Amino acid sequence: MIALLLRDLRLAMRAGGGFGLGLAFFLMVTVLVPLGVGPEFEVLRRIAPGILWVGALLACLLTLDRLFALDFEDGSLEVLATAPIPMEGVVAVKSLAHWVVTGLPLTLIAPGLGVLMSLAPEGYLWLVVALAVGTPALSVIGAFGAALTVGLKRGGLLLSLLVLPMYVPTLIFGTDVVTRGARGLDPGTPLLFLAGITLGAVALLPFAAAAAIRANLK
Amino acid sequence: MSIWEYANPKKFMQTSAWALPWVTGLAVVLLAGGLIWGFFLTPDDFKQGSTVKIIYLHVPSAMMAVTAWFMMLAGSLIWLIRRHHVSALTAKAAGPVGLTFTLIGLVTGAIWGQPMWGTWWAWDPRLTSFLILGLFYLGYIALWEAIEDPDTAADLTSVLCIVGSVFAFMSRYAVMFWNQGLHQGASLSIDKEEHVSNVYAFPLWTCIAGFVLLFVTLVLLRTRTEIRARRMKSLLARERVA
Repeated sequence: MIALLLRDLRLAMRAGGGFGLGLAFFLMVTVLVPLGVGPEFEVLRRIAPGILWVGALLACLLTLDRLFALDFEDGSLEVLATAPIPMEGVVAVKSLAHWVVTGLPLTLIAPGLGVLMSLAPEGYLWLVVALAVGTPALSVIGAFGAALTVGLKRGGLLLSLLVLPMYVPTLIFGTDVVTRGARGLDPGTPLLFLAGITLGAVALLPFAAAAAIRANLK
Repeated sequence: MSIWEYANPKKFMQTSAWALPWVTGLAVVLLAGGLIWGFFLTPDDFKQGSTVKIIYLHVPSAMMAVTAWFMMLAGSLIWLIRRHHVSALTAKAAGPVGLTFTLIGLVTGAIWGQPMWGTWWAWDPRLTSFLILGLFYLGYIALWEAIEDPDTAADLTSVLCIVGSVFAFMSRYAVMFWNQGLHQGASLSIDKEEHVSNVYAFPLWTCIAGFVLLFVTLVLLRTRTEIRARRMKSLLARERVA
């Protein structure tokens, strides 16, 4: 499993792996929004948590279709299916690798983009905490969507139709954590909900995704 | 005699052909009766005026929108466990029906909300979760359409249906989880005293029964169409080989 994790990470880091594309997209979204809605300080400060979360969500979505599709095309997914580790483990490791190359860097650069969005100073800590807690759910849910659409030629649009509704709870609670944090209120309750969603998704969805991949390989 | 006999498409076709006119007739009678009773023979509410009467469409369709998903869940589980094709096809047939009920629920809610809440739409937990349910229906139908191999499609949509049940459950009970928001709580309950006056409750129950039967009618009809389409496909394939 560790070998698989390292292989996926290496593939993502090397040229053409798409690493950094998600980050660049995240950066673009946060640059475009102030240009679009105007640079008023109060407006930006109010919408900052939401925009940063939506940007992170879309950046995550962008890289999802590569999660299983490349391995499906060159046949290595079939090799993995016959490997001694269970498919659930493969899915979990691949989602972890996806999180390390998208969710984690997004979390790390988010405070910098918060400056562009003139986020309130109290919000930075909570932005990082919320993204760190919430983005693993995005990767796992995305892995499920990618597993459903892996056999399709043009699954990208369908993938977003399937995955985005499932991202809504994470978005709602994640934004709520940052908004409350930025206003100096106690963000404990939404943070617990966010953590609950992540833990539930991490615990259950690899099984669903593995079932979907098995159905696709049949 | 067991319920699994109906997993045989032939037996299903026979029984449903016999049952369909009866279910359809009863659905029409109950719906017509309930709606006429509700629209014309009940008094206007002293606060809401005649807008209260949209309840006869809104509540049953919203209830059925969620119930349809649970019916699809049952069909999907039976498909995954026992591999009965008819059960997968009933789930497929219920998808667009459920989506339609969801849309009716949303639209009638908006029409009622405009004069009552002063807004067509509010981002209240129940409305939001219901909208998400509608998106899930869209995704479910799109996934069925996108995959060519029927068995793979049935497998994948079944898995999606199981995951989506979490959201169907959430939209059913959102009012109880979060008591913020505009949408009121339960309007009807069997064990407690009615929240809605009996004048409105009786025609409402009639409409609900009518909607349940309407759902059964549509699903039976659509499943029969699906089975016939499958038969046609295999006949055509056989002809091509011969």
